[in-house]
Amino acid sequence: MNKILVCISKAPDTTSKISFADGNTKFDENGVQFIINPFDEWFALVRGLELKEANGGNVTVLNVGGADNDPIIRKALAIGADDAVRIDAKTDDALYVAKQIAAYAKQNSFDLLLFGKETIDYNGSQVAGMVAELMNLPYVSLASKLDMNGNNATIEREIEGGVEVIETSTPFILSAAKGMAEARIPNMRGIMAARTKPLTVVPAFEATNSTKIKSFTMPPAKSSCKYVDAANVEELVSLLHNEAKAI
Amino acid sequence: MSILIYADSSNGHLTKNAFEAANYASQLAQKTGDKAVAVVTGNVSGLDQLGKFGISKVLHVANAELNNFDPQKIAHAIAEAAKAENSSVIVFAHDYSGKSVAPFLAAKLDAGLVTGAIALPNTDGGFTVKKSVFSGKAFAEVEVLTPIKIISVLPNAIAKIENNVTAEIVDYTVSLPSTNLKVKEIKKESSELSLTEADIVVSAGRGLKGPENWGMIEELAHVLGAATACSRPVADIGWRPHHEHVGQTGLAIRPNLYFAIGISGAIQHLAGVNGSKIIVAINTDAEAPFFKAADYGIVGDAFDVVPKLIDAFKKFKAANN
Ligand SMILES: Cc1cc2nc3c(=O)[nH]c(=O)nc-3n(C[C@H](O)[C@H](O)[C@H](O)COP(=O)(O)OP(=O)(O)OC[C@H]3O[C@@H](n4cnc5c(N)ncnc54)[C@H](O)[C@@H]3O)c2cc1C
Repeated sequence: MNKILVCISKAPDTTSKISFADGNTKFDENGVQFIINPFDEWFALVRGLELKEANGGNVTVLNVGGADNDPIIRKALAIGADDAVRIDAKTDDALYVAKQIAAYAKQNSFDLLLFGKETIDYNGSQVAGMVAELMNLPYVSLASKLDMNGNNATIEREIEGGVEVIETSTPFILSAAKGMAEARIPNMRGIMAARTKPLTVVPAFEATNSTKIKSFTMPPAKSSCKYVDAANVEELVSLLHNEAKAI
Repeated sequence: MSILIYADSSNGHLTKNAFEAANYASQLAQKTGDKAVAVVTGNVSGLDQLGKFGISKVLHVANAELNNFDPQKIAHAIAEAAKAENSSVIVFAHDYSGKSVAPFLAAKLDAGLVTGAIALPNTDGGFTVKKSVFSGKAFAEVEVLTPIKIISVLPNAIAKIENNVTAEIVDYTVSLPSTNLKVKEIKKESSELSLTEADIVVSAGRGLKGPENWGMIEELAHVLGAATACSRPVADIGWRPHHEHVGQTGLAIRPNLYFAIGISGAIQHLAGVNGSKIIVAINTDAEAPFFKAADYGIVGDAFDVVPKLIDAFKKFKAANN
């Protein structure tokens, strides 16, 4: 029986057109569809639910952000989380967000704190490790497998060119990567149930920002593709060597 | 003051990314007039090599308990070193180990962290670092507001400049906190080149029709000294291992040369690979979106083109060695 906290972040849908507003200082949310960050949903949330289904317990989803995040929180509830908490705070700095989560989690002892390995918008890979330090808990990043036996965990973690097998016990923090679980699609019953599941809004905790985004730029446009005939692949070899200097 | 790096190792040797972090730190140190210092943990040889990239001092924390990776302990050791060396900036590689340790250290030192940096900091009136966002679809200039700044550098993003100095190697003793984390086993696929470190990556998609056809992809990779990668559906259906999946929801890579064979070039795939310096697309469909992102393209059947390419590269290697 574990009390599981799954931290979910909001992210633009993967097909969104990326553009910026206010003199390239802000992400332009116009017409952008928001989703639960895929790593949080597909891997952290679903693995949390599987553990609960196998061993009992409770899955709480936690999101830091404004009321416009409520739809994605409801989706997490529809997928199967028991209850939800939103900390009503801004999210433009990872350390600030980590301090919000750590302050809340310290008041509500959880056994497992699950995160996705990174968000697909700012690609920070920061928050989970920061929360671990702030709570003085063990942390396993980029985990592709998590098995619980009572309070003991065996975790597989991706490393450069291989896998590391780690043992720890609750409470601990984990960031989930591919392999951890298979994505689930909420069904009608889940969607109906989600409407009445508790979503508690907590005010922001006192903290300051450690970073600030000044501006955005787009990568330079690629010059057009140079085609090589399939019958003459030697030409490609020579272009890669002489022109691109890539081999 | 100093610029500190964490130089990671694998199987007792410094990683390629460790030298990239050293290169970044010493270029920054030259700009700011500071000294570049490295922290190395566990049993690692060849530390003097860091001098090649401008590291003048190496703090070697040789505690046996650091032979295995424990981000909490490593962050503790680096924090102690940062205090002793009066470090204003701490640099990691944005790889498996940097992603684990840097956030710990940032929270410990209450320091702003920029992950995935692709350029040296701009220090004219402030401290701003350019990083890749939206899985490589855009860049952000991030200002770090805290006295200590932490940066993790995206592999293969910064040109290396050799800057030979003699690295003084110091045995550095730190008393480490006890943690509740034990590495039981490391399963290394050591014959494989790691994807994030590879200069050349040969990647293939659903156009290959089945896992039995990957022999030619592996052979092409072998001839080029390249790592292999794949599109997401290929990993999902189990044709290839998960760790080869590149793209927005897989690994983001930026090799010098990326071959996309039988991959359509969906936006989510491109997001993870469009930082590659040169892209070659091979596809039967002349309208495949990958050609819009590619530098070189061959419209053709992979089963015809790849074997011919293997021969052509073999000839090239034989003539150029
Ligand atoms: C939320 C989300 C996240 C995603 N994340 C990722 C991700 O991280 N990475 C990723 O890769 N995808 C991702 N996808 C999936 C992505 O949208 C595409 O479906 C996927 O990249 C397509 O893979 P593919 O190109 O291998 O296959 P296909 O789209 O089926 O393309 C196969 C290609 O092979 C070509 N072909 C066929 N036969 C041959 C032949 N004999 N020789 C040469 N060419 C041939 C075809 O013309 C075609 O272009 C994601 C999707 C979603 C919704």
